[in-house]
Amino acid sequence: MTNVLIVGATSAIAHAVARHFAAAGDNLFLVGRNPEKLTAVADDLRVHGASQVQTYQLDVNDLERHADMLAAATAAFGPVDVALIAHGVLPDQKACEQDVYEMLQAFQTNAVSTMALLTLIANDFEARGRGTIVVISSVAGDRGRQSNYVYGASKAAVSIFSQGLRNRLARRGVQVITVKPGMVDTPMTAHMRKGPLFASPERVGQDIYQAILKGKDVVYTPWYWRLIMGVIVHIPERVFKYLRL
Amino acid sequence: MSQTYESWGRYPKVRHKTVIPIRWRNEIPALDRLDAPVLAYGMGRSYGDVCLNENGVLLDIRPLNRFIDFDPEQGVLRCEAGVTLDQILRLIVPRGWFLPVTPGTKYVTVGGAIANDVHGKNHHHAGTFGRYVTQLELLRSSGERVICSPTQNVELFRATIGGMGLTGLILWAEFRLRRIPSAYIEEELIRFDHLDEFFEISAASDEDYEYTVAWVDCLAQNRHLGRGIFMRGNHAEGVPILTPDSTPRLTVPIDFPDCVLNPFSMRLFNALYYHRLRHKRERRLVHFEPFFYPLDMVRQWNRIYGRRGMLQFQCVVPVGDHREVIRAIVERIARSGRASFLAVLKEFGDVPSPGLMSFPRPGVTLTLDFPFEGVRTLHLFDDLHALVREAGGAFYPAKDAHMSPQDFHVSYPQWETFARYVDPHFSSSFWRRVTRGQDLSSVPVFHTPAVSRPAEN
Repeated sequence: MTNVLIVGATSAIAHAVARHFAAAGDNLFLVGRNPEKLTAVADDLRVHGASQVQTYQLDVNDLERHADMLAAATAAFGPVDVALIAHGVLPDQKACEQDVYEMLQAFQTNAVSTMALLTLIANDFEARGRGTIVVISSVAGDRGRQSNYVYGASKAAVSIFSQGLRNRLARRGVQVITVKPGMVDTPMTAHMRKGPLFASPERVGQDIYQAILKGKDVVYTPWYWRLIMGVIVHIPERVFKYLRL
Repeated sequence: MSQTYESWGRYPKVRHKTVIPIRWRNEIPALDRLDAPVLAYGMGRSYGDVCLNENGVLLDIRPLNRFIDFDPEQGVLRCEAGVTLDQILRLIVPRGWFLPVTPGTKYVTVGGAIANDVHGKNHHHAGTFGRYVTQLELLRSSGERVICSPTQNVELFRATIGGMGLTGLILWAEFRLRRIPSAYIEEELIRFDHLDEFFEISAASDEDYEYTVAWVDCLAQNRHLGRGIFMRGNHAEGVPILTPDSTPRLTVPIDFPDCVLNPFSMRLFNALYYHRLRHKRERRLVHFEPFFYPLDMVRQWNRIYGRRGMLQFQCVVPVGDHREVIRAIVERIARSGRASFLAVLKEFGDVPSPGLMSFPRPGVTLTLDFPFEGVRTLHLFDDLHALVREAGGAFYPAKDAHMSPQDFHVSYPQWETFARYVDPHFSSSFWRRVTRGQDLSSVPVFHTPAVSRPAEN
């Protein structure tokens, strides 16, 4: 039986991943901001077959409470086997261009809190010499674009940070998986027009679960984003800087 | 922002003012403050305009897809309204349970199943889906949340079962399941040469078969008129396999050109389908998926009708001179040569539904679809409707894009009582169509006894 810690557990992608663990009869420790939403997700996971589900209310930007949260997760079912960091915000790019606080806030939530959590969890897993850390980054972190570079930069930080962590922990028996979803039909993208490239959270959740089982390093989901980003990162900068992407 | 949300028949095509996704039970906008009437939208599997709300607001409830509670001993499931029957089957079949009633597709939401009080091949034994609902929570536009059940807020419960989503927003529901010994069905197929034979087999199957339905060749004429294949079955004993198998095998990736379905191709298809049975009678063991959901194997099968869409027709003809009436209807359809191959005949039982506006009633129901060909199709529908009206029959809102206000009032004489329970901020294209010319402003708005307080958001 696997003990799974999920931060940002009420996100649509996290919930989709959690349903796979639940169906396998695992233990789930769900961390999120809104207690009513946590309860709704927890109930669903119990019905799906999770052995035990516990919820923990936390605002990830409350960095001082991270250690308590991790201790509570360990106390709940024993050492954590899989930690999934899935929280995030998609800031309003235009607002971030005008307002430094707005921009820093997005960075705080997407990058700083994530790196803080990763540091704590990495040390815990390293000491035990086992465990899988899964962090949800984004294809937006692969190249800066005028339409979305604040979000992209925050996710780039997560990508590089987790990459370094993977390198540090590879010989210590700890797996670090960087997940780069493309556009997913979730509350975060509710305001966007849905084109054919949009994927369902269920599809992305399935990919992430498979990546965990197979011990992948970097996962693009759906898979075609690896091709798309492969092209985008190779466009010469002197051309790219004039593109409206 | 306006988006295209279609019904399964893709006719009529309407624009909506806005679509609001409903993701959490505790996070719903104040419905009475929206500047247009609202209607819940789920999987869009009803055919006509009962799930559409032209120039209004659609509440897309598909994200509301969480289970709440499941009692594997008693077989009672509670889930949010956007949970699909497909999701439920994946959960319950491996645990030895099945839906008490299922329509011909599993890609419908629980909310939709209740709002249309759906029926299935076991209607003669089990009645409608609404019979198994033990309780549900209804959000009225006033913000009031009402628990309705067969013993609590009974009137509103009865109005909501088959209430076409008009009594408020169903947030969650609880219902009873039925035990199954296996995921397989012991099926028997019998070829019948004419309608009289259908009625004989149907009467003989009533007692011993939980599931009965017949495919009828609505294009065969003269001495072949009303030929078809009778299908009957029971859950198989002694096959202890409980796998829910649910991946669609095929998909229709594009809209077919309108010429693909023509009278010739449809006649050919029907003849082939009829003759696929090499013997008069065949028995076989089949998984429940192909037995209940043959069309679900092909994703987006409605695209074979092309952009023009299709019109569904489902009526029930009450017991009495039903044999003659059904024959007259089938004759009229065969003469038109326009029907598709998806034609289904079934005898309803007399198990009552709690639903005030429930469609099934004792008699024979005929269902089929027609590629939409403009005036020609509408004329045919006028003739069919006249035949059903004369026989005192009824039409099914979930399948309808054509019935007149008169047809509706004759089909559902209790409709004015129902109108009292319709939430003042809810409406649909269907509801406006069938109440056209009626002054509903004098209808007193129903207020629930002050038992449940609005939740604080």
